[in-house]
Amino acid sequence: MSFFDDFPSLSRRDLMELRRTIDNGFRDFSREYGEALENFFNPLLQFLIWLEKLMITAPWPIIILVIALFAWMGSRSKVIVIGSALCFLAIGYLGMWKDTMSTLAIISAATLICIGIGIPIGILMSRSDRIQGIITPILDVMQTIPSFVYLIPVVMLLGIGKVPGLLAVCIYALPPIVRLTNLGIRLVDREVLEAADAFGANTLQRLFGVQMPLALPNIFAGVNQTIMMALSMVVIASMIGVKGLGIPVLQAVSNQYLALGLMNGLAIVALAIIFDRVTQRLGKRLQKHQGLDH
Amino acid sequence: MTESFISIRHLYKIFGRDPEGAMNRVRKGMEKDELLELTGHVLGLSDINLEMEQNKVQVVMGLSGSGKSTLIRLLNRLIEPTSGEVLIDGADVLAMDAKELRELRRHKMSMVFQRFGLFPHRTIIENTGYGLEIQGINQLEIKKRATRWIERVGLSGYENYYPAQLSGGMQQRVGLARALTTDAEILLMDEAFSALDPLIRTEMQDILLDLQEELKKTIVFITHDLDEALRIGDNIAILRDGEIIQTDNPQNILMKPVDTYVADFMKDINRARVLRVHTLMKPLDTYANGPNMLSSTTLEQALQVFAEQSTSQTIIVNGNGEKIGKLTLDDLIFGMKRPTIEEIKEDLGSTSFSDSIDTATSSIN
Repeated sequence: MSFFDDFPSLSRRDLMELRRTIDNGFRDFSREYGEALENFFNPLLQFLIWLEKLMITAPWPIIILVIALFAWMGSRSKVIVIGSALCFLAIGYLGMWKDTMSTLAIISAATLICIGIGIPIGILMSRSDRIQGIITPILDVMQTIPSFVYLIPVVMLLGIGKVPGLLAVCIYALPPIVRLTNLGIRLVDREVLEAADAFGANTLQRLFGVQMPLALPNIFAGVNQTIMMALSMVVIASMIGVKGLGIPVLQAVSNQYLALGLMNGLAIVALAIIFDRVTQRLGKRLQKHQGLDH
Repeated sequence: MTESFISIRHLYKIFGRDPEGAMNRVRKGMEKDELLELTGHVLGLSDINLEMEQNKVQVVMGLSGSGKSTLIRLLNRLIEPTSGEVLIDGADVLAMDAKELRELRRHKMSMVFQRFGLFPHRTIIENTGYGLEIQGINQLEIKKRATRWIERVGLSGYENYYPAQLSGGMQQRVGLARALTTDAEILLMDEAFSALDPLIRTEMQDILLDLQEELKKTIVFITHDLDEALRIGDNIAILRDGEIIQTDNPQNILMKPVDTYVADFMKDINRARVLRVHTLMKPLDTYANGPNMLSSTTLEQALQVFAEQSTSQTIIVNGNGEKIGKLTLDDLIFGMKRPTIEEIKEDLGSTSFSDSIDTATSSIN
């Protein structure tokens, strides 16, 4: 009866052999192509360094003004603009200015990359059920696989630093924008699309004149979610050498500094709330034409 | 018979995974029910033949599920037909590639939708000018032409509103203006007024008839409302379960329904308001006398004349004032009476189904 007692599994030796083969294979791969990949990502690294430097070296009043301006353009709400400015003043006053700027730089870069990659993928997905069928499980994996698991190959390939950190953030933050772009386009009213077809719109005219504008509220919800997810990766990214608010949090965890952890944690929360409110308001403003009743 | 402008010949539409395979079975004589049971394919439209004249309003009328919305979409290939021919002004629509089809949709035919199909993110003037924008015409010209049509449908002052800010009737005026702005010869109207309440619907019919008087478009109008069909149609095709069962002008449909199904439709129609005296008139004879009456007078109006002039006979004249027939009060009363089921069955006995279709198509004039 031993068949039912012990699960029929590979022997320890075979299992070890299997793991070793995979490990060696990947190690060979990273030795072979690691440098090429690093060269490939070099422009990105330079951009990240430039952006971070820009934000840290710029005089703080200008940064606060720019942030207030963005908040105003997005939300058109005085409360949100004043709230954002006060948050940043408090962050600076409590000595977290530089870390916050680093975090802001990597979050902005990650968001831009996710939008740049995510929206086209979302459009592709919306155009074919087969592509949707292929991409959806990949997105599921990206969202649910523990971040530490994909940090291993990323670090093996690219070492420690900004680029692998950014990649880790992007892997986690990409799915919502892809999903919501796809969903937004698929939700566009069929009769409206028929109308575009009936007047002889070609594929591009249909996409950019009708589908994208009508999907915009959903796409913006995706951007909002992407930013939130990117912010939630800040601490994990700091484990592989990304500077910013995550590093003091890590120190606080390992040394039990309650106040340090709390302050930096709350700074991340403050950033999240500001981004969230601004992008949400922007999303709502974009669909104002649908809300106006006569 | 005049040359037809749009010809639909042996048109089929089958819904399902393998329409071609199902089509072969249908060609071998499989019936609709059997096809659904054996293969899971739905025979949406079956052997549709319809000739439409230029500058006339062709109504296709049927209840929901009869395939009328599918039929109109086969004309501009929003839905691909499974088999058959669609000729528009001599051009074979089904043979067109994507580019030719786009040109056809841009310049030759435009469409009005049941639920309006307006672009919610565009203002009224942007909606109206959509067809021109797609053609790549410059903004100034678009604005000029769109403004003219907005004015023509009575929506001046609403140019910069969004569709959601307008009532249903006003939205459909935008739909109509949008379709007219491209100056397409053919107007496809898919239950265009069905979503509107009765009062607004009548108003929109008036607007359409008024425009048609002036523009002389070739209009294909889908509806489930017989009153509407009789009111605006120069010719009516009745569709049931994907097949055309009668094609004729409104007068003949009322006087000679091809079967009890069609007759049933006519039950609640106010015949006096639709029928015209030329349909009922008898040949002139030497005894004919009485006041002159235009041949296009409706029975309702004729009744008024009979009552006011206390006469029992009138002379029917055509538009040129020539005497073409006579009408007695008895004829008029008889004409108001609906044909009974027995009478229709008797009629059917004397002429076969295909005969009555032939007479129907040949009487289009």
